[in-house]
Amino acid sequence: MKKTFLYALKHSYPIFISWIPVGLAYGVLMASAGYNFLWTGACSLLIHAGSLQFLMVSFFTGVESYITVAIMALLLNSRHIFYGLPFIEKFREFGGWKYFLIYSLSDENFSLHCSHDFGEGVHEKWAYVITAALLVFYWMILSILGSFIGSVIPFDTTGIDFALTALFIIILIEQLKGSDTMLPALLAFTSSIICLAVIGASNFILPSLIITVALLVVFKKRLDTPAKEAE
Amino acid sequence: MEIDLTRSLIIIAICFSCTLFERALPFLIFRGKEVPPVIKFLGKVLPMAIMATLIIYCIKGISFTATGGWAPYLIACGVTVLLHLWKSNTLLSIFGGTACYMVLVQMVFI
Repeated sequence: MKKTFLYALKHSYPIFISWIPVGLAYGVLMASAGYNFLWTGACSLLIHAGSLQFLMVSFFTGVESYITVAIMALLLNSRHIFYGLPFIEKFREFGGWKYFLIYSLSDENFSLHCSHDFGEGVHEKWAYVITAALLVFYWMILSILGSFIGSVIPFDTTGIDFALTALFIIILIEQLKGSDTMLPALLAFTSSIICLAVIGASNFILPSLIITVALLVVFKKRLDTPAKEAE
Repeated sequence: MEIDLTRSLIIIAICFSCTLFERALPFLIFRGKEVPPVIKFLGKVLPMAIMATLIIYCIKGISFTATGGWAPYLIACGVTVLLHLWKSNTLLSIFGGTACYMVLVQMVFI
């Protein structure tokens, strides 16, 4: 168990680093809107989705109807619909813990679950669960910290959020090393760059993912070789 | 500032339910069923495709109107890739790439 915990800690620390500015900033924003650490902690625990939580602050003080709130919430995180697909069968093995893993399936948890590399003596189920729990904990603790320290962050953290980009790049490189094809990545890059250029930064990701999925299905014959099956 | 207790609680409930619903959707659709081959196939190829999409998502703020709008992203991404291909050390790649990006946005392309 100790080994598994240390593994999860080592696997998840890059997320903690990349969340320092955004977690603190969220707490600061909530505090400035009049919401104390209890509200901030509750939101971080219940929602566990950064961008939506920022948007919620403007909903709290705004006049949008609840229908609008629901639609915006669904659209903003619609990419999450795809995140369960690789884990439908895997999570079934984990009994009741699958509900926790589904609830906590953020961008960051998805990427960590995709890149597990268990060593000797690491328990698979607990590695998944503890990694996810650590992320929920990091996000909560950073946002609560933010609501206490106010806007005074002692050093210039501009750009530290690149840690998340770097982590995604590294995970992709590792995936490419372990695969005999780059096609899924190339299709996704092409589709997301085109969608970003055509649709713009705020709404490109859902159309891009839908196009990517469609392209992957089109290329299924080429990608779904028996050799891959054996991996 | 006065907070609207009822409105705040309802909004939290809505956002909690919507997020959970989206994350649970694939599991709800295929609950207790054999997962069809096309979904199994997507489950295998999607992690790589989504990671590529998330990288673009992370640098979506990129702009080509000024050097400072694209150079820090591209240089730092390049440094991360090269460091990782060279040493395959996660710690080194993340710190190297991030430090490079922070220096670029804080000191070089202000």
